[in-house]
Parts: sequence; structure tokens; C-alpha cells
Amino acid sequence: MSEASTSPAPQRAFAWQSVIRPAIYWGGLAPGAWAFYLGFSDQLGADPIKSLEHILGLWALRFLIAALAVTPLRRLGGPNLLRYRRALGLVAFFYAALHLLVYVWLDQGLDLAAIGKDILKRPYITIGMLAFLILLPLAVTSNNAMIKRLGGAAWQQLHRWVYVAAALGALHFLMVVKSWPPQPLIYAGIVAALLLFRLTGIGKKARARARASMPTLAPDGAKR
Amino acid sequence: MPIFKPGRIASSEITPRAVYLRRRELLAGAAALGLVGAMTRTARAAPLTTVKSPFSTDETRTSLQDITDYNNFYEFGTSKTDPSRYAKSLTTSPWTVKIDGLVAKPADYTLEDILKPVTLEERVYRMRCVEGWSMVIPWNGFPLAELLKRAEPLGSAKYVAFETLVRPAEMPGQRAFLPVLNWPYVEGLRLDEAMHPLTILATGLYGETLPNQNGAPLRLVVPWKYGFKGIKSIVRISLVEKEPPTSWNLQAPSEYGFYSNVNPEVDHPRWSQASERRIGDGGIFAKKRPTLKFNGYADQVAGLYAGMDLKAYF
Repeated sequence: MSEASTSPAPQRAFAWQSVIRPAIYWGGLAPGAWAFYLGFSDQLGADPIKSLEHILGLWALRFLIAALAVTPLRRLGGPNLLRYRRALGLVAFFYAALHLLVYVWLDQGLDLAAIGKDILKRPYITIGMLAFLILLPLAVTSNNAMIKRLGGAAWQQLHRWVYVAAALGALHFLMVVKSWPPQPLIYAGIVAALLLFRLTGIGKKARARARASMPTLAPDGAKR
Repeated sequence: MPIFKPGRIASSEITPRAVYLRRRELLAGAAALGLVGAMTRTARAAPLTTVKSPFSTDETRTSLQDITDYNNFYEFGTSKTDPSRYAKSLTTSPWTVKIDGLVAKPADYTLEDILKPVTLEERVYRMRCVEGWSMVIPWNGFPLAELLKRAEPLGSAKYVAFETLVRPAEMPGQRAFLPVLNWPYVEGLRLDEAMHPLTILATGLYGETLPNQNGAPLRLVVPWKYGFKGIKSIVRISLVEKEPPTSWNLQAPSEYGFYSNVNPEVDHPRWSQASERRIGDGGIFAKKRPTLKFNGYADQVAGLYAGMDLKAYF
């Protein structure tokens, strides 16, 4: 499928990657940098800390969704963006880390007692923290050396937790708002669809067919 | 290498804050010179004559910009800036308020009727939102008690029910596919709360008629309760015998009670109410401040709840 279209011109494909990957990292983090700039220059509206938290959390969720959409996109016959998935996932993690940093530092003023109480007592904060703690080992193992050390299968097993993190992230968003406004519902719906796609194995047949027709290709896990 | 660099905004292109904050004066000056004609149709804030009140706080007032651009008024959308963006479409004149129920003189009062006999006061009140932020707002209004007395409540009246306008054509939030609340927005007070001298109907702020996004032309302000009790754009006030339904209580009964008094000791089920962020309190490095019981109005209102378990009646 799409793999076949890129393989005849490996040099050209390589050239594109070397541009697109940094573009994902730098371009991906640009909205966050911009938000911090607006925050420091007092242009984030009446409640700037809340806005900053919201923007960073939202981008974390968006990149998480983008990373999770890579496989369904490929299985449904779209382009194969597998080689960019690590970048998408890491950008999501950076945003989650910044989101947490703003909460701990600006929102709670480094009041560790209050933060500890919040994490234990407020389900939406417990859930958000849990999502971050899941993303942490995934980010740490998002490099070739760790894939080798863990072995492809174990690594893949570990990284399936990203679905749990995304579900918790969407839930965290739903629980922080009053009533049921549309935005968090839409994000929760997208994450639910991605989860469903994975759980029901939609598109697996297509993958099996693709594999059968190209026996020389290694399975996804070993490709990175 | 960064491939995306946000474009630099020349400092010369940014309106100086001081000028920006005085834009109304600038506009007024321009209007006086006849420079602004039909375009001022939406800027219909009119000056009000008011007297000072001993109930006012001398805390630093939240800027008009923040008070008018950071609102919860779900009839116009759920984002904080939706009301300032969409409430312009609301027609507030003519306006009538139906006063009915257990009163000797039920009637439809026009806004002019309501305002004619009252002396407008400036009441600078703290406003604490249930979401954990607060403002200091110089309202212009009059005690609700004055209006209720005119309608002559009957002895059987124990509560006051309020209702907001329903006009989907002018209120985009009421046209939403998934309504966030059931319309009309309804609120209520116990009669003694309604008759309390701190409870006012506001028709202006900062000495001008109320901007639409703040609940024009007439809204309730109950400073010791969470902001959502302050129902906006009121079209009906009913004196009733039983505790009336209230919108947020209907939406989530375990999270929003009928009383909804500001209370740092009773947390919202999902977040703490122990502290608050004062809007405009120094940008992203602003520290939270402790929330006061009854929003700092305990001396005046704690007696209303003597003997009541405020955790049960939250």
C-alpha cells in the first residue's frame, strides 16, 4: 500500500522526513510557546493562568489524538505516517508536562500540600495526574535504544497504555467543566472512536491483506 | 532549526494600554466632535446618576474590560468571551418584567416603571464565581426589596422565583444542538434573602447602563452567594410558597444547591472552594487568595442561616 509507494525512492523519502520531523517538533510546540508569550505579556484575557492551562492541555490532547490516529489512518487506506508517530507522541508529552508545570507552579504556587490534597481529593486531578504518569514511561522509552533494550514486543505492549492515557485525558477535560459543553464532548467522542477502532480491530483485515501481499515487510512494531 | 517563528508585532502597532483603557473616553470625544455617527449604535451605554452606599467595599475594582469580557451567560454560549461577542444582538428595549404569584398587585412592569421611583446606588461588591475566580464590581442598582414591596407580597409568600428571557433568535446558546441548561434559566431566593438590604437588582455598572453581556437591562446581584445565583436579563419575578427550582440545581443536584452561599468550608464535589483567583490580580503570577465565608458578608447575612447545617443546605 502506502509503504510500497515510498520504497522505490528511499532517498527522496528520507529527505522529506528530515524536514517533516523537525517541523512537527518545532511547529507543534509553537502554539505553546506563543501561549506562554501571550501569558507573560498579559494578553491571555481575564484569567490568564486558566487560559494557559487550558491551551496547553488542549494541545496535549490534540497531539495524543494525532498520534493515535496514525494507525487507523493507514489501515483505512490513508497515508502511512508511522515514522512521525514518535514525534507526535513526544510533542503530546511535552504539552502534558507543560500543562502540569503551569498547574503546579502558576496555578497552585508550588504549594505542595495543596497539590497533594488536590491529587488525592479531586477525581479530575487524580485522573489527569494518572494520565501524565502513564505518559512518562512512554516518553522515556520513545527512542531506538529503549526499543532495542525492551524488545519490540514488550515495547509495543508498554506503549498500548497510550490509549488509557488518552481516555483519561479526555475524561479529565470533561470533568473540569460545568454541565456538558460541546468541546470536551467532541474530544471525548474522537478518543472513544479511536479506542473502539483499536478494540474492535476494524481495518485489521486490510492490514492482513497488505501483509500477505508484501511478505518482506516487517510488522509495525519492528519498523521503528 | 525552528521553521516556524511567530511574526514579530512591532511595538509601534500595539495600542498603548493606557490609551486602550480610555477607549470609551476617546470614543465619547470622537462622538462629541461628530466623528462617529451611526456606528455607535451598539455602544449605547448611557450614564447613570447614582449615590454612594455604605455597603460598598473599597477594594480595587476589577477593570471594566475584564468585567465585560469574561462572563458566564450561557444563553450566548459557554465560552467566557461568547457573551461579549454575541450579546450585542439582544434587544433590551422595550422590556417588561412580570411580577406575579402570591402578591396583592401582580402586574407587568415596564423597565421605566421599575426604575422611576428608585434611587440608583453604586454598590461595589465582591463577586465570587463557583468556578473559583472573583471580581470586584461597581454595580448600579437598587434593593430588590423596594420592587417586591411595591407588588405587596402576601403572607403566604415564602420564596421568590426569577426567570430569564427566552429568545432563541437573539440568544445563540438557546439555539444550541445540545443545550447546556434548560431554558429559561431560573433562580430563586428565600423571601428573607430577597428582602435583605444587600440584595439588589442592578441596571448598570461603572456608572453606565448594564452591557448586555452582564445581564441587561435588569439582573439580580446577591453578593454572598456564588455568581450563578445572580440571574440575568430578568423577565419574571414570582412570589411562591415552596422552594422554586433553580437551573444549576436541576442540571447537577449534587453539585449546586438552592442556597449556594459562598463557603470555603464546603467544597464543590469536583474542586476546592477554599481559595479564589481575583481577576486582574497581576497576570500569570497572581497568587490565589483565601475565600471568605459568605464572601466576606458574614456580619450582615450569617444570621439568616442561624441553626442551619450549611453542609447539608449548600
